[in-house]
Amino acid sequence: MLEQMAQERDKAGLQQQIDENLKRVYEEALGQEVPDRFKQLLAQLREKDTKK
Amino acid sequence: MTSNEPQAVRDPRDELPEHLPALRAFAISLTRNMAAADDLVQDTIVKAWTNFDKFTKGTNLRAWLFTILRNTFYSDKRKNRREVADPEGVHAGSLFVKPDHDGRMAFTEFRTAFDKLTPEHREVLILVGASGFSYEDAAGMMGVAVGTVKSRANRARARLAAMLHLEPGEQMFAGVDSTTLAVMSRSGMTAA
Repeated sequence: MLEQMAQERDKAGLQQQIDENLKRVYEEALGQEVPDRFKQLLAQLREKDTKK
Repeated sequence: MTSNEPQAVRDPRDELPEHLPALRAFAISLTRNMAAADDLVQDTIVKAWTNFDKFTKGTNLRAWLFTILRNTFYSDKRKNRREVADPEGVHAGSLFVKPDHDGRMAFTEFRTAFDKLTPEHREVLILVGASGFSYEDAAGMMGVAVGTVKSRANRARARLAAMLHLEPGEQMFAGVDSTTLAVMSRSGMTAA
């Protein structure tokens, strides 16, 4: 019984660690500056819309 | 983070720039290649822009954009197999990570294992494990049943655990707190 509870706790801890690391992988990518090419692209798309 | 106060329904064209960092982060997670990620984001923006008439205002724009991005990714992948992951490039800009001494798994080791997963496994883990989407949202984006999302996420976590030499087990990742994620998603509290 106690052993089973300990196992459950290990599993939950492991999953928590995995998810914490996943968030870190994602946040690392989120933190990167968005290149100017996308601002330019959006400006071009808007300009095309107004010309319609 | 958005507030819970009611907001006027915004034009998705005005809202799109706010989702660019998340869109790009998702693209990097899928491709593990900066150049390929930026091309993917560019194609997604153009496709979204020309299809905004099909977007239902007031629904989740980020989920809609993510769906276009992942569909574009898989359709490109079927067409050509030239794109290869370039994790070195993806990690080049990251800060030096000091080794963990408190018994927790080292982040660099984790990231290397993450890079080795299939794009399908990276996708499901980023959607439900990191970017705060509910299983229901992820199922909608991936075009599969909620049960499929759960089992795929479980397999992906087990795969990571195996690569990191952590104790494997069939039931290891049951009991994911999907309620919390669903509540976060409903209140618009998806991570930026």
